Amino acid sequence: MDIVGLFVTVFARPDLWAGTLRFAAPLTLAALGGVISERSGVVNIAMEGMMLVGAFFAVLVAAATHDIVLATLASVACGGLIATVHGIASIHLRANQIVSGMAINLLALGLTSFLMFRFYATSGTPSDIPALPDLKLPVIYGIPFVGAVIGDQNIVVWLSILAVPITWWFLFRTRLGLRIRAVGEHPRAADTLGVSVFEIRYLCVILSGLLSGLGGAYLSLSVAHSFSDNMTSGAGFIALAAMIFGKWHPVGAFLACLLFGFGQSLGINLQGTGFPDQLVAATPYVLTIVALAGFVGRAVAPAADGIPYEVGE
Amino acid sequence: MSAEAPRSPAGLPPRDGPPYLEMRGITKAFGSLLANDHVELSVRRQEIHAVVGENGAGKTTLMNILYGLVHPDAGEILFEGKPVRIRGPRDAIAAGVGMVHQHFQLVPVMTVAENVVLGQEPGGIVLDRAGSVAQVRELSERFGLIVDPTARVDTLPVGVQQRVELLKILYRGSRLLVFDEPTAVLTPQETDELFEIFRGLVAGGKTVILITHKLGEVMAISERVTVLRQGRNAAVLETARTSPAEIARAMVGREVLLRVERDEAHIGAERLRLDGVKADSDRGLPALAGVDLTVRSGEIVGIAGVSGNGQLELAEVVAGLRPVTAGHVYLEGRDVRDQSAAERRANGLAYIPEDRHTRGLILPFEVKENLILGSQSKPPFAVHGQLRWPAIDERATSLIRQFDIRPPNPDAPASSLSGGNQQKVVVARELAEGPKVLVAAEPTRGLDVGATEFIHRELVEKRDEGLAILLISSELDEIFSLSDTIAVIYQGRIVEVMPSAAASRERVGLLMAGGSVEEVTPSAAQIAQAAALQAAAAASSAQDYASREGSS
Repeated sequence: MDIVGLFVTVFARPDLWAGTLRFAAPLTLAALGGVISERSGVVNIAMEGMMLVGAFFAVLVAAATHDIVLATLASVACGGLIATVHGIASIHLRANQIVSGMAINLLALGLTSFLMFRFYATSGTPSDIPALPDLKLPVIYGIPFVGAVIGDQNIVVWLSILAVPITWWFLFRTRLGLRIRAVGEHPRAADTLGVSVFEIRYLCVILSGLLSGLGGAYLSLSVAHSFSDNMTSGAGFIALAAMIFGKWHPVGAFLACLLFGFGQSLGINLQGTGFPDQLVAATPYVLTIVALAGFVGRAVAPAADGIPYEVGE
Repeated sequence: MSAEAPRSPAGLPPRDGPPYLEMRGITKAFGSLLANDHVELSVRRQEIHAVVGENGAGKTTLMNILYGLVHPDAGEILFEGKPVRIRGPRDAIAAGVGMVHQHFQLVPVMTVAENVVLGQEPGGIVLDRAGSVAQVRELSERFGLIVDPTARVDTLPVGVQQRVELLKILYRGSRLLVFDEPTAVLTPQETDELFEIFRGLVAGGKTVILITHKLGEVMAISERVTVLRQGRNAAVLETARTSPAEIARAMVGREVLLRVERDEAHIGAERLRLDGVKADSDRGLPALAGVDLTVRSGEIVGIAGVSGNGQLELAEVVAGLRPVTAGHVYLEGRDVRDQSAAERRANGLAYIPEDRHTRGLILPFEVKENLILGSQSKPPFAVHGQLRWPAIDERATSLIRQFDIRPPNPDAPASSLSGGNQQKVVVARELAEGPKVLVAAEPTRGLDVGATEFIHRELVEKRDEGLAILLISSELDEIFSLSDTIAVIYQGRIVEVMPSAAASRERVGLLMAGGSVEEVTPSAAQIAQAAALQAAAAASSAQDYASREGSS
């Protein structure tokens, strides 16, 4: 079989590119949250758990109320809530932030599996839940190829793309952003100028929870239309990798998410083409490792990232 | 600075009336330690008031209480007679207090302007970046603190970083400026400049509190001095009517020898020689650029230099902890370039590292264990690979007595000792095996007057017994009072070696700052020269600043 010909065919498919954007969206939301949290100095490896919780509660509320807005708000709020737990552990209690993050991930996995069983037992989540809407763009939809790529994308895809410049603007152009970065680099300096390190860090960790929660809602409500155990299957960790690969910068993280989204989409589009299935399934993960090992160069984390702040030391 | 002339520029209240700042009965305990015990501090408007004391005397705690970083158990703070509650830095800033911390509180990856405005940024939601730059520029011009507001802080030399710290508090409109050991990182010239700035600020209506342990600075700049000892007030003195000896006595509670007494050196044979030594820093950049240096028996060679000019690397290269990239190190004539640190120790090298916490001691280990580190595999401390505790105990007991280490408990963990006693443990251990060459890097850093005196005496004694000592210190006073020969290091090169008898502080200071040998003439014209150099530097940085201004 002609490998080159195969790839040319696959690359010419609008599905590949539309899929890239679709897969990248939840990663982008979680990764941007990670950027915000770590820029304030709190290491966040709990995006996976926050997404999972968001995904579950989105379905739960959607099934109960059939109101997509309420369902989305619930997922965002639950992401924020579980992020608050990470905040309390790592900011007030000065716990090891990796351990706390891992605990959140395990907690989220156990909690959602338990609630899944408790509410839906073996029947699975109901199929009549509302989905987050796709946006059919009037003119663009008609353009060949381009229309098929972006003409009918989900609202969350657009939100995630919009979130990139907003996050950049927030971190690098607002007064609050300056304070956040200062707290992440040198909390003591910020503290001595009357900037509350704790307030800033809580805000940022919770923001990351909100974004991850939205990412989770997108996965369950729009991609899968259901919830299943551990349905994020590592998306939060890929987002974490994207954040590092993107050097803790919103635009960098977004580009990394696009790359990883591309890997996933490529895997899907190679299915059934005779390309080995195992290789196809491994594509996004291989890409993650290659990218991190080979191309990231010297990524410099915020100087105070992961170090709990102690007042009056 | 004359104490009797009360200045009262227009618009300011006269200096009589209640003191500008009063701290009354300040008490603060950390666990069982009383850091401040009913401490009183009274500062007049437009005064330069020095607060001095040994380490652990409570100076920093007192200032942290004033700045709201530490909350007192008892006591009150009054500004112009009115009590003020200070719950955090925000309250302190609002009360007009600004503090330049000993360790700069600057975000290295941000610009000068960002660092200055942080916490009180101009703009609404959006940061007014042009506005911050303009305001910082205006401020720096008004106070003559030339610095480029758009420069990233980590690209600036420490002296300039200190100006940024100063701009930070001026930006906040602080009227009471607290400086915690501000000269620790400065060259003598930069120190003079800073004191000029102090005088200007005071003339402009500000009040300055200077925390220091350098008595020379107290005498040079302050109007009055509050002395703390062991958390209590020891004295309040008018600088014009006191002497360094009196201040030192109040600090320590007994007579102190401020000058190290040392006889003429009996210099013998060469013990340590460096020949064209080059080495890289941890970041892989050249740190030593061809060092030639000789230390002889019975001689103390002092390396003078501003921190970060290769001193650390020099000490490590000699100790065998850092590979040389070129050149040779000779110990008693033998090339030890390829010898490990342990082999060099066995050949008579001892090393007092600059950081006793990370290099000099294993803090959780007991004092007796720390006292035999490096000799732990040798008899009598170890036989057949097993430690011999009786021998270790015996060594510990004798060293503790000889060096007056307190508490005299060989079983106490090193971490429980005071800084001075920890350093005595290091010095005792390094001298115990009768070394031929000693590298002493910052041997008295952070130590109080009493411990410093002890260690200086010990070093001079060993030198009289024939030890060759390479002394590295960022304290020029220490270099001058101990060294027989002074070598100035600048950017990884020994720029000049001179007998200490022929060295002047101005000359050494200029060389430390990178002034070339030709520019330095040991004459009366020196001060003028120095001033000219500074003016030139200021002009060039102003030019630099102007050209950047033009391009932006």
